[in-house]
Amino acid sequence: MMTAIAPRTSVVPLRYPSPIGGVAGTSFKPEHLPAILEAGPQRGFFEVHAENYMGAGGPPHRALEMIRRDHPLSLHGVCMSIGGPQPLDKAHLARFRGLVARYQPALVSEHLAWSTHETSFLNDLLPLPYTEASLRVVCEHIDQVQEAIRRPLLLENPSTYVAFRESTMGETDFIRAIAERTGCGVLLDVNNVFVSATNHGFSALDYLADFPLARVGEIHLAGHAEQADDEGDLLLIDSHDGPVADAVWKLYEIVIGRRGAVPTLIEWDSNIPDWSVLQAEAAAAQAILDRTGPAALTGDRHAA
Amino acid sequence: MPHEQDLSFAAAFAPALLDPAQDPPTIVTGPNGKAAARRYAVYRNNVTVSLIDALASIYPAVQRITGPDFFRAMARFHVRSTPPSSPLLFDYGRDFPDFIEAYEHAQAMPWLADVARIERAWLDAYHARDAAPLSPVRLSAIAPERLADAVFIPHPAMRIVRSPFSAATIFATNRDDAPVERIDASVPEDALITRPDFDVTVRHLPPGGAAFAACLASGRPLGEAAASALETSVEFDIASNIAGLIDAGAFTSLAAGDA
Repeated sequence: MMTAIAPRTSVVPLRYPSPIGGVAGTSFKPEHLPAILEAGPQRGFFEVHAENYMGAGGPPHRALEMIRRDHPLSLHGVCMSIGGPQPLDKAHLARFRGLVARYQPALVSEHLAWSTHETSFLNDLLPLPYTEASLRVVCEHIDQVQEAIRRPLLLENPSTYVAFRESTMGETDFIRAIAERTGCGVLLDVNNVFVSATNHGFSALDYLADFPLARVGEIHLAGHAEQADDEGDLLLIDSHDGPVADAVWKLYEIVIGRRGAVPTLIEWDSNIPDWSVLQAEAAAAQAILDRTGPAALTGDRHAA
Repeated sequence: MPHEQDLSFAAAFAPALLDPAQDPPTIVTGPNGKAAARRYAVYRNNVTVSLIDALASIYPAVQRITGPDFFRAMARFHVRSTPPSSPLLFDYGRDFPDFIEAYEHAQAMPWLADVARIERAWLDAYHARDAAPLSPVRLSAIAPERLADAVFIPHPAMRIVRSPFSAATIFATNRDDAPVERIDASVPEDALITRPDFDVTVRHLPPGGAAFAACLASGRPLGEAAASALETSVEFDIASNIAGLIDAGAFTSLAAGDA
C-alpha cells in the first residue's frame, strides 16, 4: 500500500484546537460504544490510540465519528518511534497527519520512546539514553511531526525498567530541553513517574519538583503491576490493566495543586472493565480537578 | 566529540528482544550498579507477548481450534522469525497462513491454513475503504444484448478464499463460543468475504462461483467470466451467481461495456 504525503496546501486546513480545560476523560474502547451512546453527550473527553484508526474505513472510523460528534477527542500516537535514531516513517507520519486533519482532536500526543528498528516494528515503548546526540535526534523528529500536523505535540514521559550507562542527563532535564528547543508541550504520565521512581530508586516528588510542569498540557493516570527485579526487589510494570494506585492519586493531587487543572486521562488498555468502572475513575479525577483553579496557559515557571 | 554522535543504542538494544539465544545488551543497567537481566526481560516479554496477542486477535478461530497453548507456541515461532514490518498491527500476520501450512505440528490439520486465510481476509474486509454496494436495479437497466460485455467494479472489501477443505464451515463454527459439531473437513469450499455496510459476512460460493467472481473482480466482462466458470463446473448457473454476488455486496458499480 502506498501512502503519499499530501501537498501542503491541499486537504482540510488544520485548526488550532480550543483548550478543553480541566476535564477528566477516559480511553475509548469500542466495546463501550453502546454504553457511551446510551449515556449521551457528557463532560469529559475520549482518547484513542491513533494507529487503531489508520485503516481505510469500516467500523473503527464509524465508531470514532460517533464519539467525536459529541465529545472532544485526544489522539494518542503510540508507534511514531520519535526516540529512535532512524528517520521517521514518512508514510506513518502522513497517516498521523491525516487523522489530525480528519478528526480535529483537542489534544495530540506521542511518546518519548522508540518502537521500530530497521524494518521491524517491535510494538513496545522502548527506552533511550539521554545524551546530547539523542536529544538532537528527538528534537529533529518532533520538529518533523509538528511541521506535519502544524500544531504543538504533547510528548509523554516514559516508564522504564533499565537505565543506559551512556546517559549524561537526567530525564527531567532531557524533557525540558526538548520542550524548550521544539516548543512542544508535555503529557505528564503520573503513573509512569511512580513506576520509574520505584524501578530506579529515585523520589517521585523530587522528579516532579524538577519537571517542566508549566509545559504540561495533559496528564495520564493508569494502573500498574508488580514484579521483582534481578535482586528480588520490587519492579513495577506499566500495565494499564487496573485501577489507579493510591500513591499515584496522591502524586496527582500534588501535581494539580501546583500546575492547576489540566485535561486528565484515565488510561486502561487491557483487562478492560465495564464502562461504569472507567467512568468512576474519571469522576474521581474530575473531583480533584474541580477543587482546583484552571492552569495558567503559558510560561515555564521552572527556575533554571 | 565522537561519543556525542553515538546513536548505536537501538542496534545494541533491539536484537535480543526477539532472540532468546542472545544475551541482554551490556549498554543497560539497573540503578546503583544493579543487574539488568530481568529488567531487560520485561521488554522482551512485552514485545513477544504483545505480538502473539496481535496474532491471536487476528486469528481467533485458529486459536479456538488449536487451543491457546498450541496457538501461542506456534505464534511465538512466527513472531520471532517474522516480526511486523508496519506499525499497523491489523496489517500483521499476512505470512501466518503460509507458516501454519508448513508448521510441523499442524500437519494433522491440513485445513487450518485456509481457515487462517479466511480470517485474514475477514480483517482486511473489516478495515477496507467504505463504499456503497451496487444496486441490483443497475443490472436490469442494461440491455440484454450488452450484458455479456458488462464489467463490474469490485467492492474494496470483497475477498475470495478457495479451499480444497471445508474451511468456510470450520471458520464459521469457530468464530464464536457456540459448541462445534462434527464437520466433514474434506468437502471443498470457496468463501466470499464482503462488507457492503459495516458487517463483514462470509458466504459459501456455489460450484464455479469463485472462478466467476474472481474473473469479474479482475475486470473481465460478464460473458468471459461466465465461460471461465462453466469450464470449472458444468453446474454453474449465471443468473443465481450474479444475483448472489450483488446481494452480498461484492461490487460497487457496473459499466455496460464498449460493445
